[in-house]
This record gives sequence, structure tokens and C-alpha cells, in this order.
Amino acid sequence: MSIAAAPAEPSIAGVGDYLQLMKPRVMSLAVFTALVGLVIAPVHLHPVIGLTALICIAVGAGAAGALNMWYDADIDARMTRTAARPIPAGRVAPGEALAFGVTLAVGAVVVLGLLVNIAAAALLALSIAFYVIVYTAWLKRTTPQNIVIGGAAGALPPMIGWAAATGSVALEPTLLFLIIFFWTPPHFWALSLLRADDYARAGVPMLPVVAGEAATRRQILIYTVALAPLGAAPWLLGYSGPLYGVIAAAAGVAMFVLALRLNGQKTGQAASKRLFAFSILYLFLLFAALLVDRISAQLISLIAA
Amino acid sequence: MTGISLMTENKPEGGIRLTEQQLRARRARSIAIAVSLGVLVILFYIVTLVKGPGVLMRPL
Repeated sequence: MSIAAAPAEPSIAGVGDYLQLMKPRVMSLAVFTALVGLVIAPVHLHPVIGLTALICIAVGAGAAGALNMWYDADIDARMTRTAARPIPAGRVAPGEALAFGVTLAVGAVVVLGLLVNIAAAALLALSIAFYVIVYTAWLKRTTPQNIVIGGAAGALPPMIGWAAATGSVALEPTLLFLIIFFWTPPHFWALSLLRADDYARAGVPMLPVVAGEAATRRQILIYTVALAPLGAAPWLLGYSGPLYGVIAAAAGVAMFVLALRLNGQKTGQAASKRLFAFSILYLFLLFAALLVDRISAQLISLIAA
Repeated sequence: MTGISLMTENKPEGGIRLTEQQLRARRARSIAIAVSLGVLVILFYIVTLVKGPGVLMRPL
């Protein structure tokens, strides 16, 4: 990592560059899964408090993204996929990104603690620290298991949402944590199969670079076999209705079939692309089904009352 | 020699002249910071109204 020590030119960074530092797509996934954790919690939370929690989680996720881009600016500059990001492209100075990330991280945690509750704030702080220190600064450059362990940071938002509503954690949000945790390796390794050259050039020890494509495809299948029943667990344990059960089972079978096809292939990128695209849909379908399931149950009980 | 003193030596007599692009970017950033702070103030105000005296109680 190289932080420029030269005298700073007045910045040309626009608002869009700072938004890009926050990784809006990752942020939207964190907000959506946190919303589900918040809605399925068995307590009534005032909408303003719920909205406050979601804003803090969004800003916290954005802060983690900005700090990741600050630390990984050297890697990003060597990869085609990330070379146009604000720091390697020279639009934002590394120091500006660091200050931006730290300010947002501290702000999000403090506001969540002050306006919602301390348990949610502590989990948000843990999530940011895990992503920046454990994943970005430690695991990403040292082990092919980087995204497996680092995936815990991205899996925490449903627990933060639940904690924002209840002030504690329970088995139900832990299941959602596990679903995202086991979903992360098939999702990212499918992408890394497509970008193996990029990662090799940047010196990032992703699984396809270190262990080869065949081993990666096998690992994707193993994690998918674990993921499919986990996806259905909220229904099997009685936390959700049959709508969720049917969607989770069907999506799990589809994900398994795609992983099986990918494992059976020797070359070609089409199967990786299909699995990567479907993995995004898979997570969205599961969490959207949980949301619909819970909201419809609440509506029915409201009408009955 | 620090970056600041280097800049002081190199700058023209009237101070640093920002380019049109730098001025536009600075203005946009300033507006974004002002809006963010405004949103934060409004958020604290509304949450205080919603929670009432309970705003000072922060259970886990």
C-alpha cells in the first residue's frame, strides 16, 4: 500500500466520487438484509427509529467500503475491474478517503448507539472492524480462505437489524447470518473464476489463483450443498410460512444444479457467469420472501383483530 | 520540508488559485456536507420528539 506523501493538490473529487467510495451496491445489500432482520423481529419498532437504524447501517457499510478502497488502492490499481475507482484513478487522495471512512464509521456507530441502542451499535462497530482489519488488512492478501472468513462481516447486517429492534440477538437472525455466510463463498468464487487473471496480476491469493479452477469449482459445490438446507432452515424450524419454504427449497435446488453443472465443466466461463448471476437472485429471493411472509402475517393478524 | 511550506513557496502571491473544476468540486462537496449535517440535526430532533423523555434512556 502506498500513501502519497507529496504536497496535496486542491481536490477535484466530486460528490459522486465519495459515493463511489462507499460501494453503493454492497451498501444496498447490507441495507436490504438489515431491513429483513429488523422487520422479522418480534417487537414493534417505531418507523422513525427503524429508519434511523437503516441509515446508520447504510453509512457504516459505506464507511467500511471507503476504508477498504483506501487500504486496497494498490491492488485496485493493478486490476482491470477496479482500476477506475476514485483512488487509483487519482480523483480522490488516499488521505481523503481514509478521513472520509473514519468519520463515517465513527459517526454511524455513535448515532446508532445514541438514537437506537448500544447492542446494535456494538455489532455495527464489529462488522466494520472485521471487514477493514480482519478481511481487508489481514486475510485478503494472505490466504485463499479470505472471503470465507471475511464473509462474516457482510453477514452481520440482519443481526444488526434484529438487535436494533430488540436490543439482543437470537437464533432467527443467526440463521440469516449463516445463510449469507455460506452464500458468500459460492458467490465470490464464481466471480473470481471469471477474474482469476486479474487477481493473479494483483497478487491476491484467491482460491482459483492458488488452488486452481477445478478445486474452486469443487469448493463452490461443497458450500452450495451446505447452503441449500440452511436456506430452508427458517421454514423447517417454524420461523416462516410455506411461501418462504417453497421459494427457499426451489431456489436451493436451482443453485445446487448450477453448482453441479459448474463442477462438471472443465473449461468455459458460461457456467460461472450463470452461477454468479443466480447467486445474487438467490439471496434476494430468500430475503424478499421472508419479508413478504412476515408482512403478510402481520397484516392478516391486524385484519383479524 | 513539509508539504504545507512547499506549497507556500510555490504558490503565486495571491494564494493558490483554484481551477474552475476545483472550485465546482469544492462547492459540491460543501453543499453535500451541509445537507448531511442538516439531515443529522433533523434526525436527532425527530427522534427526540418520538422518544420523548425516553431519549435519555439507552438500554442494551
